[in-house]
Amino acid sequence: MDNEMRELSIIAQDIAQIARGMGLDFYPVNFEIVPAEALYTFGAYGMPVRFTHWSFGKAFYRMKTQYDLNLSRIYELVINTNPAYAFLLEGNRLIQNKLVIGHVYAHVDFFKNNRYFSRTPKDMVERMGAHADKIREYELLYGRDCVERTLDAVLAIQEHVDARSHIGPLNKMENSPKVNVPSQDTCHGHTCIGNQSCAGNRITKGQSMVDLSKKARTKRSSLPYEDLWGDLLEDECKCPPQPEYEDLLLYIMKFAPGLDEWQRDIVSIVREESLYFYPQSETKIINEGWATFWHSRIMRELDLTDAESLEFAIMHSQVVQPSRLGLNPYYLGVKIWEYLAKVRPLNELFELREAENDLSFIRNNLTSELVEELNLFNFRKVGVHWQVTENEWEKVRDNLVQQLVHGGNPRIVVLEGDHEGKGGLYLQHRHEGVDLDIVYLEKTLNLVQFLWGKLVCLETILDTKKVVFECFNGLVSRRQEVRVGRNEQF
Amino acid sequence: MADDNIVSRDDWSLHRKGYLDQQRHRQKVEEVIKQQLGDLIVDESIILTDGKKSTKIPMRSLEEFRFRYDYNKKNHTGQGTKKMVPGEIIGRENSKGKGSGKSGAGEEPGQDIYEAEVTYEDLANILFEELKLPNLDDKKRPLIAHDRPAFNDVRKKGLMANVDKKRTLLESIKRQAFSQKLSKDKLRITPEDLRFKTWETQPNFESNAVILAMMDTSGSMGQFEKYIARTFFFWMVRFLRLKYENVEIRFLAHHTEAKEVTEEEFFTRGESGGTRCSSVYKYALNLIENKYPAAHYNIYPVHFTDGDNIGSDNIRAMALMQSLLDVSRVVGYGEILRTHYSSTLMSTLKRIDDPKLRLVTIRDRNEVYAALKTVFS
Repeated sequence: MDNEMRELSIIAQDIAQIARGMGLDFYPVNFEIVPAEALYTFGAYGMPVRFTHWSFGKAFYRMKTQYDLNLSRIYELVINTNPAYAFLLEGNRLIQNKLVIGHVYAHVDFFKNNRYFSRTPKDMVERMGAHADKIREYELLYGRDCVERTLDAVLAIQEHVDARSHIGPLNKMENSPKVNVPSQDTCHGHTCIGNQSCAGNRITKGQSMVDLSKKARTKRSSLPYEDLWGDLLEDECKCPPQPEYEDLLLYIMKFAPGLDEWQRDIVSIVREESLYFYPQSETKIINEGWATFWHSRIMRELDLTDAESLEFAIMHSQVVQPSRLGLNPYYLGVKIWEYLAKVRPLNELFELREAENDLSFIRNNLTSELVEELNLFNFRKVGVHWQVTENEWEKVRDNLVQQLVHGGNPRIVVLEGDHEGKGGLYLQHRHEGVDLDIVYLEKTLNLVQFLWGKLVCLETILDTKKVVFECFNGLVSRRQEVRVGRNEQF
Repeated sequence: MADDNIVSRDDWSLHRKGYLDQQRHRQKVEEVIKQQLGDLIVDESIILTDGKKSTKIPMRSLEEFRFRYDYNKKNHTGQGTKKMVPGEIIGRENSKGKGSGKSGAGEEPGQDIYEAEVTYEDLANILFEELKLPNLDDKKRPLIAHDRPAFNDVRKKGLMANVDKKRTLLESIKRQAFSQKLSKDKLRITPEDLRFKTWETQPNFESNAVILAMMDTSGSMGQFEKYIARTFFFWMVRFLRLKYENVEIRFLAHHTEAKEVTEEEFFTRGESGGTRCSSVYKYALNLIENKYPAAHYNIYPVHFTDGDNIGSDNIRAMALMQSLLDVSRVVGYGEILRTHYSSTLMSTLKRIDDPKLRLVTIRDRNEVYAALKTVFS
């Protein structure tokens, strides 16, 4: 056993050398061999240590069952930290581990160099461990059910953080969670918080707002590109910093009227972890493609026996196996990288892995040749059938891009924190062509309402009509609004 | 450049977090089952197995709600093995194995179905937790009991036929040992040595229940109505068996006349003609009088009909219902209505003010559970 580790250690160092020679630039990596149970736990929780929640148990069960039934298999898992940690599945064969180690180094290169990861904390294992301890402590203090209920609600909106947190001033992420319930006397509550009069994309109801909107309008006339100046305008009227209205979690953490201190802390914990995972979810195709692209190049440099070469070929082809419907990110990603390697010099590839995420990678590099070669097509539900609708490359590309916007999640923004003067939270779904799932919307709205404590509204569009869902005390009602001239964003 | 040994291995055998949270998830799913009991107990696969086997109930795992797009209204991107042309059909609505939302692009709502093995007992336990026997009159219980002799005492006087030979001999030996008379003769038994087994009469609490399942089999009662009645009786019998050692069930079918039928006939055979509910009440009363004296039986008459009774019969039916109530623990009267029309028999019976009369209206399959709760609460 010791021998096996020593051998693997030497191999890992050889591979590291080869990878560096090819230009990959990564943090040191600690490899650990773990049994399937441990690996699938990390897969489900995203981290070796994370707080307890039934949803992770559900994911664990699903992954573990698939493994037990031999349906799918995770060979490795990499943690984006410095030094990075990589977990290898116990029982991987030597050749499998060789491939996996090459794959891991390329992932770590991506984590280290890609711009979207520039702000992810490099000590996340420790942080999440501390989070888990805190939540455990809250469970002891306030009861598991209370903590679970809070987590259920917070996790339901965990994607709604500021997706652009990797750019702009750093302090916007580190806004200390000062509890500050919006009050009407300072900053006129709803107008400013909602940010609408400043950015000029919404006129509020209510008499007292008239003045403010007038002011905003005069400003607007003097500043023709006012949306570009949004930050400046905000500062002038002491709104909370701009990202808050994008960042639902931060908004709730700071302004939800009825939350206890420990609940705000849970929101802050989930938000921090969500921000850590966000870049991973928006670089899945490009990152998996990158790692797959490099592991095959690295393997070519190794002295493999015939049998090993065959085994490698089999494993590689499994990894990049096209899925019947839907898309295998490894396959799509590696195909684009291979295509790029043919038409561009290598240093440009390194630049791309620094600058792009899935969305821009697909938008800029999914060519007509690739769409043709990969037999990509669009489909949708027509009656009871799933039917192919388009196969023109631009439409396929645009559809993919659309699905990648905001990590595939609908964009929900906060417009008001004191709706109708009663402390209501007014959310708006920025409709970008696809309606929301109503059942899920109503259930989720209930969870948001639990956090906010007072009335919560969500404005969206259903079948081209504007609809506002109102939620209070577990009841959701729907009203069709007949407001005219407010549909500029669709 | 890197450390000498960068590969390690640890002991993860105590790392059971995944299992713990998995358990919690399961626990929550089971809570959901409780909430869905109304739907589960009318499941054909349970009712038709006679409750002997366990059934597999497909349970959906708990949903993790979030704001998401309507999957059905969205354009997806897929990959084919050949060039796909618009119009080609690639799947049907319910065909499983749709693309797994693996790619960052487009997450498909994966429906995880847990095949949970739920035995009929599990279900019954959850169900019966909520039910109780109404009007259980404990004072009446000894009256129901038949006295049963129990030999549990030994006395010096008694019937010669009940002499306890073993104890008598022991007494004789003891006496002679005390008296120090070492007689080499035969053991002598004196009248003082005699011991007799005696008994005490004990009230036997074994009690009986009889269900009088009455159903309207007139032309208007269809498959659905019978299925509802059957489901109700299925659970009712099982519930009463928990409480009584002996539960009998008699099936009385009626249209304008009543007769006793077998269980199979009861649930399968349909007849035509009008409905006269008083006929079956009368039949039930006769049966009680002749076979199931109220002093010895807990009687549970339950009648299912669609309520379409001949108008002139209502008053008579009400009077007989009153007599039925006098001898029964609980009388259930259920109307299975698919329309919102309310029958005249129901409104007539509503005039009876007796907590033992439980009136239920069932309009949908999942209301059986509520009906059970109404009758047994």
